[in-house]
Parts: sequence; C-alpha cells; structure tokens
Amino acid sequence: MKKLLQGNIAFCEGAIDGGLDAYYAYPITPQNEISAYFAKVLPQKNKVFLQAESELAAINMVFGTALTGKRAVTSSSSPGISLMQEGISYLCGCELPCVIVNVMRGGPGLGNISGSQQDYFQSTRGGGHGDYYTIVLAPFSVKEIYEFAKESFLLAEKYRNPVMIIYDGYLGQMMEVVDTETDDGKLNVIIDKPIDKNWVLDGAKDRQPRKIRSLFMAEGELEQHNWKLKNKYDKIKEKEVRVKFYETHDAEIIIVAFGMSARVSLEAVYKLRREGIKIGLIRPITLWPFPYSEIYEIAKKVKKFVVVEMNLGQMIEDVKLAVNGIAEVYFYGRPGGGLVESEELIQKIKSIK
Amino acid sequence: MQPTKFVKPKSLQDNYHSYCPGCGHGIVHRLIAEVVDELNIREKTIGVAPVGCAVFAYDYWNFDVTEAAHGRPPAVATGIKRVLPDRIVFTYQGDGDLAAIGTAEIVHAANRGENISVFFINNTVYGMTSGQMAPTTIVGQKTLTTPYGREISRDGYPLKVCELLSVLDGVRFVARAALTSPKNVLLAKLYIRKSFLTQIENKGFSIVEILSMCPTGVNMTPIETLKWVDTELVKYFPLGILKDV
Repeated sequence: MKKLLQGNIAFCEGAIDGGLDAYYAYPITPQNEISAYFAKVLPQKNKVFLQAESELAAINMVFGTALTGKRAVTSSSSPGISLMQEGISYLCGCELPCVIVNVMRGGPGLGNISGSQQDYFQSTRGGGHGDYYTIVLAPFSVKEIYEFAKESFLLAEKYRNPVMIIYDGYLGQMMEVVDTETDDGKLNVIIDKPIDKNWVLDGAKDRQPRKIRSLFMAEGELEQHNWKLKNKYDKIKEKEVRVKFYETHDAEIIIVAFGMSARVSLEAVYKLRREGIKIGLIRPITLWPFPYSEIYEIAKKVKKFVVVEMNLGQMIEDVKLAVNGIAEVYFYGRPGGGLVESEELIQKIKSIK
Repeated sequence: MQPTKFVKPKSLQDNYHSYCPGCGHGIVHRLIAEVVDELNIREKTIGVAPVGCAVFAYDYWNFDVTEAAHGRPPAVATGIKRVLPDRIVFTYQGDGDLAAIGTAEIVHAANRGENISVFFINNTVYGMTSGQMAPTTIVGQKTLTTPYGREISRDGYPLKVCELLSVLDGVRFVARAALTSPKNVLLAKLYIRKSFLTQIENKGFSIVEILSMCPTGVNMTPIETLKWVDTELVKYFPLGILKDV
C-alpha cells in the first residue's frame, strides 16, 4: 500500500508491523511524533505505551520488557540517548535484544533541535562503559526507516543484542511516499535457525529458574563472557554488513556518506556526472558493523575519497581505517545542525580533483 | 507430638550465602521465599535484584531473578509487569539503591500505582562499598564518609522514604518492620505476605521497609548492631503499618 508518511511515523508503522510489544520513552525534540503516534495507536492494539519519568527509566523499562522475550522499543534524541548509555551497556552485558531510535540533533550539551549526525562516535563505539557494540542502522529515506524498524527486532533477537536506528532530525520530519509492497529498503535479515528463547524470564514453570546478569565475579568469568561477546560481534561483522554503491564502477573519486548526507551527496554525484566527472558514492547502511573491506576493495583502484557528514568529521576515522593509507581521504561537513549542501560539496570536490 | 523439622523453603536454592555474620539479608531472603511458597506463586514470580551485596540474590532464590542497574529496579520491574501482568514481580533494594540514586524511579513507580511489590532493606549504610553514609544514616552516626558523625548542617536529615511514599494515591500498602526479635521477624513476614497479596489482588503499589543489620558497615558486633537497630534506629524509623487502603 502506498502512503505519504513522515520519517518518524514510518518508524512507528514499521515497528508495529515488525511486532512491537511495548514502547517506553521520555519527551524530547525532534522525535515527539513517535510518542504521540504510539500513545494513540498502541492502546488500541493492546500493546504497552508508557511515558517514563526519564530516559534512565525508559531504557530500564525496555530492559525489563526485553528480559521477558517481548519486543521493546524506546526512542529519543541525542541528549536523551546520552542518558540511556548506562542502560545500553547493561542490555549489551546481559545480551538483551531491543530497538533504540536516535533522531539526532545538534550538540554538545543541549545544542539545538536541528538535524545532525553528531552521534556517530557515540553510536558506533558502544557509547557507555565496557567492551561492547550495538548494531547501528542508518536509513536514508522514509521507506528505509519503515523497513529497518520492521526488521530490526529480528536482527536484535538473532544476536541477542540491542539494535540502534539512527537518523537526523531532518529525515525524521521529512515526508515521502512509502510503498509497503515493494522490496526496496529491506534489510533482508536471514533467520537460518529458530531464534532461541530459552533464556527469557517469565516464571520458572516446569523448568529450572533462570537469571539475567552482567555481573561475573568469579575468577576469569568476566573475561570468558567478554570473549563470548567478541565471538558474537565477529559473527555480526561477518554476516550483517550492509552497504550501497552508486556509480562506483568507473569512479575516480568516491564520496562516503550515510543518512541525509548521502542524499545530498547523491545529488552532487549526478550533477558532477553530467559535467563529465567520474564520481561515485558509497553509502554505509550499517555503521556498525562498518563496511571496512568493501571500502578497501574500492580504494585499491580509486585514490581519492571525500567523506561527507553533518558533524566535524567522525565517520572519516572509519573510512581512513578502511582505506588503510592507500588512498587520500578528504572531508566536507557541517556541525551544529547545519545541512550539508550539494553546491558546497561540488565546489569541495572540484577543489581536490 | 512430632518434633518440628527445619526445612528450606522450595523458593530457596541449596547455596551458601556470601553475607557477613549478623547480616539481615539472609533472613529477608528466607522470609520472601517462605511467603512465595505459602502463596504458591514460585512458578510465576520474577524478582529484581539490586546493585549491592544482595545482587547475588539470584543465586539464592529458586525462581527467576534479574539484575538491574543501581537504582533502576522499579523501572525494570515496570517493564516486566506491563507485558506480563499475571506474573508476580518484586524488587529487592537497599537504601542507597532505592533512597539515593533511584529516588526518581521509586517515586514514579509508586505514583503510577505500579502493581509490584518493593522490599526495601534499610541498614543505614552502603554495605558493599564498605560502609559509606546512606540517605538513611541517622544523625550523628559514624560511617566511612561521616567519620565525625552525620551532621544535619552538611548532610541533611535521614530520608523517610515510607512516609514520603505513603501520601501518594497510587500506593496501597506501606509498612516498616525490623529483624530485631522473633516477634518482629514474624511481623516482617506478615507485611511481606500482605504486599504480595496486594499485588495478587491487583490493588497497586506496595512497599515494605525492613530495618536490617549490617554489622560490617556500621562497625559493630552482630549483637551490638541488633541492639542499636532495636533501640536507636526505630526512634527515627518507627515500626508498623503506615498505610493500608
């Protein structure tokens, strides 16, 4: 069915179609449409909607629902996600699946309420204390927000790990036509064996009692737990990288961008192609796991990369790690809620060509 | 007449506790286990353990138990109870957990009338971190971080959580017990039972505060601690039912 949807509402509809059981959140701009929509719709569907007293409470309510095996979601924007980091660390330590949305705004501190991509580091480096990762998805269209929301539970449950969906405030507020019948934007998560639920707490009826914990005090026990988590992260890196290539086949210069920056970059790519400049775009869809080897393969042929971000340069560090010194990496970006512009980007590319 | 046989409740695992001599946790764990057995709810009970010495409660109780971040058990319990309303969900929290870092969570869970049971262990110190001042440390009490005694001018007054929560409309049952005599232990058990029944009857939020002993944390012998709770602590934290509606 074709619908005209706002980015934030597409998230809600995707999450409902994906089987959400409960949603907990605290108000913050620019993602309030999500709470408003769920407040109205979830009670009609006999699902849980609860406005929490803080982001700390919201993420811990998610923790409580997740440990029962039910599908829990929270959404927030940058400062609120900062407050949730303790909870996210516990969710990862306890290996509880859930879905967390960050509709990013400008920072640091209270910043502003404009769209931004300033939480790349926070999202892809764990964000809280300890050695851990969340799976980070970066949609670049309203359709992708819908599809990612819908499939994110499967990804979370497959690996017993939180999934973060991050997009900027612009994408959250933007409206586009979404056709739920078409396949574009799907993650195509492969469930190759039944998802194990023999860990959930739902009362020890006809079974031994279970416990959920991230505390491992016995000698060597935590180290073993960390190695176990690493094996899981390695498997995610091997199986779940998603990346899209545009006009890279004959490109002599490559842009790397995600989310809204990738949309603007795509416009620049098509304009420059008309001028005869052989340029392409790589768009990481999973920011963690990051497509290191996919970018490295292209860097063997292409020697100039431009990273475009709505921040002071965060993903550029991963691109540099990916090209590993065999190509030059340039940067164009705007922090503080400024939207990158295709004309500025075109000038930047011409200056380094 | 048959001699009375001492048996472990089914809701307790056959494990040794890690608690210090004279600690109150073992008694309260057992009381909860006995009530869970008596109400026949072991197979549908989910406990939320705190950060602190009692985090290991999941190794002692014989039903499902989760850990929770410091102060957050009421939020975690909310997340469980909202999706599994027919299960029996309780939190077990210390004074630092419930009355300091987790004040927002306990107040709002109570105010929502969240249909959970809260067992609040007040031993006036942060036991696991070696005995710092807690919100419930009484005036003049010496702790690791009040070596000259708690001073009102610097530290304020001890926090009376039960009195505070009992004014909220969503709160149905509030009681304070102590573990200082067989009679008081039986009263504590009665209140724990009443709290579970409040939840089973879907009436809403209930809390039982238990004045407990942490001899290591308060730097006294087990017997001295017991006497101190019985004579000094109860002056500031009077025992009994504060609310039952």
